[in-house]
Amino acid sequence: MIETLTLMKPELIITFIIFLLLFIKIGKGVKSETMLLLIQVLLLLNFITGFIFNSEGNLFDGMYQTTAMMALQKNILSLGIYLISLLFASWFKKSEHMLEFFILMLSALLGMFFLISSGNLLMFFLALELATIPVAAMANFDLDKKVSSEAAMKMILSSAFSSGILLFGISLIYGATGTISFTELPLYLDGSPLQILAFLFLFTAFAFKLSIVPFHLWTADVYEGSPIAVTSFLSVISKGAVTFIFISTLYKVFQPINEVWYNMIMILSIASMVIGNLFALRQQNIKRFIAFSSIAQVGFILVGISSNSAQGISSVVYFILIYIFSNLAAFGVASAISSQTGKENINDYKGLYQTNPFLSLVLVLALFSLAGIPPTAGFFGKLFLLTAGASKGSYLFITIAALNMIISLYYYLRIVRAVFMEKNEQPIEKIEIDLSAKLALTICAAGIVLIGLLSWTYDYIQSLS
Amino acid sequence: MNITLLILLPLLTAIVILLMQNATQVKWVSMMGATLQFVLAFVLLFSFYKERQLGNTSQMLFELKYNWFPSWNISFHFGVDGISVAMIMLTAFVVIAGVLVSWNVTKMTKEFYFLLILLSMGAYGFFISLDLFILFFFLEIAVIPKYLLIGIWGSGKKEYSANKLALMLMGGSALVLVGLLGVYFSASIHSFDLITLSLLHIPIQTQLICFPLLFVGFGVFTALFPFHTWVPDGHSSAPTAGSMFLAGISMKLGGYGCLRVATYIMPEGAKEYASIIILLSVIAILYGAFATMMQKDLKYINAYSSVSHCGFVILGIGMLTKTSIIGSVMQMVSHGLMTALFFAVIGMIYERTHTRQVSEMDGLLKRMPFISTVLFIVGLCSLGLPGLSGFIAEMTIFMGSWQHPDTFRRVATILACLSIVVTAVYILRAVTKISMGPLKDEFKNLTDATWNEKLAALILIAGILAIGVAPFWFNDLVSPGAEIIMQKISPITIGIK
Repeated sequence: MIETLTLMKPELIITFIIFLLLFIKIGKGVKSETMLLLIQVLLLLNFITGFIFNSEGNLFDGMYQTTAMMALQKNILSLGIYLISLLFASWFKKSEHMLEFFILMLSALLGMFFLISSGNLLMFFLALELATIPVAAMANFDLDKKVSSEAAMKMILSSAFSSGILLFGISLIYGATGTISFTELPLYLDGSPLQILAFLFLFTAFAFKLSIVPFHLWTADVYEGSPIAVTSFLSVISKGAVTFIFISTLYKVFQPINEVWYNMIMILSIASMVIGNLFALRQQNIKRFIAFSSIAQVGFILVGISSNSAQGISSVVYFILIYIFSNLAAFGVASAISSQTGKENINDYKGLYQTNPFLSLVLVLALFSLAGIPPTAGFFGKLFLLTAGASKGSYLFITIAALNMIISLYYYLRIVRAVFMEKNEQPIEKIEIDLSAKLALTICAAGIVLIGLLSWTYDYIQSLS
Repeated sequence: MNITLLILLPLLTAIVILLMQNATQVKWVSMMGATLQFVLAFVLLFSFYKERQLGNTSQMLFELKYNWFPSWNISFHFGVDGISVAMIMLTAFVVIAGVLVSWNVTKMTKEFYFLLILLSMGAYGFFISLDLFILFFFLEIAVIPKYLLIGIWGSGKKEYSANKLALMLMGGSALVLVGLLGVYFSASIHSFDLITLSLLHIPIQTQLICFPLLFVGFGVFTALFPFHTWVPDGHSSAPTAGSMFLAGISMKLGGYGCLRVATYIMPEGAKEYASIIILLSVIAILYGAFATMMQKDLKYINAYSSVSHCGFVILGIGMLTKTSIIGSVMQMVSHGLMTALFFAVIGMIYERTHTRQVSEMDGLLKRMPFISTVLFIVGLCSLGLPGLSGFIAEMTIFMGSWQHPDTFRRVATILACLSIVVTAVYILRAVTKISMGPLKDEFKNLTDATWNEKLAALILIAGILAIGVAPFWFNDLVSPGAEIIMQKISPITIGIK
């Protein structure tokens, strides 16, 4: 019993918070400011407790497993959630269903925790569903906007589709090997055609969730239609969680057929980078823009995954950590601007530096980090992904990846240009940012600068993988 | 001395600049920072000489090593030899002159100086790094300040130029990155350390793939034909100090990288591709010179002539003799000083006449004797007048190139020599047109250089004269470094008598 409590500590805490929020919901009568503050404090506590009393072990016949690395991954997600709760405070306060939103978001987070810890395909499937369905409800949260419902609809349909494919893959795997346990599966994998087919279906489901080209079609519409808080949740937290479980299943479970997936990953990675980048070039809406650029970023993550080594895991986790800071900073600025002026177009950002120097600097820092320009952390993140990928010795692949950094630089610089260089007749007026958003943006900016320069963050991750 | 000061000092200056309240304070802080850099560079030079005189013959002096990302075998490894010291001196000269020249910047002063100082930090870091990862880090750090300097404070089609510059330079550094990763993984010890790598033998197949990647990657920075197209646009759109930094420092990063990284750790690759490098450099020299003849805008004249002059740097490296390599380092320093001075003068003229078209200017010598004299000096240096640095550098390169007995290299040398004639034509034509002849009415009220402009010009002229009149000290400084690079090459170089 004690063992269950300590091993499942992160999940139990999240469940506790969800119930707490439910009870408060019944009670009512609490002002939304106080409520939000309470939630923020709870999430901060959740993040802090992630560092202590971590233990390793299995539960329920290996259905649930946890290691120090998994604890770290969960903690990275907790950090992301905490930052989200700070960043979009003004949007939360306006929403009359704030509590429901957090309950949904935390349920999804709970699903992701189970996803990371899953040691069995059934557990994996359940957790993935738990991590997805609440997000579809969240996407619909701008109740008065039609696009928001459209986004939710697209999201639920595409997730249902990918879940179907995933289930089919799982059943084939069970048929071909006779087991669904992650520890036993590698013993039975020999690369027979049926197994490869099953793996293909499983891979497709992952590709859907990660919006890897050619399974990316839902991404841009959902990102654009959803409220920015949800978009950032989708692009940062969801993507991070699925990446974590993706890399650990590939490295641990499907290790026997690594030649098969190396080629798949290489091709899809190139496709994602090229198509994501080329589509991002033409986008005007900042949310669509980030959607396509995030497809390209996933292509980059795949470069690191392709290395199939401990360096691969650590560089991917490191990159996700950096990605959370950089992407959330960019979304935070976009949301601050959009919630006050309703402007989401890149051309509206012209001359932003004159009126809002703080927001502009954070935005530019975030974009440089996404583009991988030193001294921001993104530089190190991308470089280590590339270095990990290069250990396989495929020069063409690495060259294409490196050249894609240039294409992406072009469109990131487009925003930098708009913010700093171009003139605007009606620039965006001075924007009042509330304290918590300011705090979160500062944390993000500090993270972007420091995580790269302080090399022990990487060494710590490396020591766990 | 502790050479990390070269990085920490600009960093500190940049941070203090951010804390300043008004433009005057910002200017004086930057001025103080630049002066300290200048002093530091001289301290470095003299302590370097002292160490050498004391008989310290180790390849790199003042070495320092701190671990950074130990799991990738990356460390802050710094150290200097004669070549790096020469480049650091160049940087210090250009930085102080650049700060002096931009005394009148009024638009976003704080940001302007912040970026200038940041750029200088990138350059110093690049020149003292002995770890290729750190070297790459500083190479990329230096790109974005240039982009912003051109895009915000530039003139003309500045956004286009800034974009072109940033993308081409980043493209170059992407190639460098792939090359570095190739070297990293094919060496028997996975390491980014320059000294370690130079002792290991990189497999010849890797050299054949990675040498062109690294050389072209760095070559983009130093206007290697056909990747020189960012140079004219970038230089002509940049603000005065931006052009000075761009041509004086940033283009030298590429030349230094070609020599120190590509050629040094992959000598067989260098040997294999030498003829292509020579061909490209001769094209750049001639094409740059002829293209300059057609230009009417002063900044374009200097930008295209930079393409031509940087071609000599590449030619010297491609020839792979000790003399030519010394010459190419000299050419880097000489061109850095000269072109910075040229851009400074162009900036001074433009600020007064509000035109850069040669045809619209006449007889400026009468109203602006100081500026016009400087213009003459820099023009003469550019066309290679003995006594100024340009002559020494180009002469050394030709001497080194002529040591090869084979026809191809001799023809290439002769063709490169011919460009001097073309240079004389365009320089003399432009300089004469601007300073001689009757003075136009609208230029009657022009004033001569102010104290800061005079100081900047004098500092740079002092550098040019120091190399031009007494080249032996420079030769002594650089030749041990070149010797070490040649030791790697000479066992495989055949045919030199």
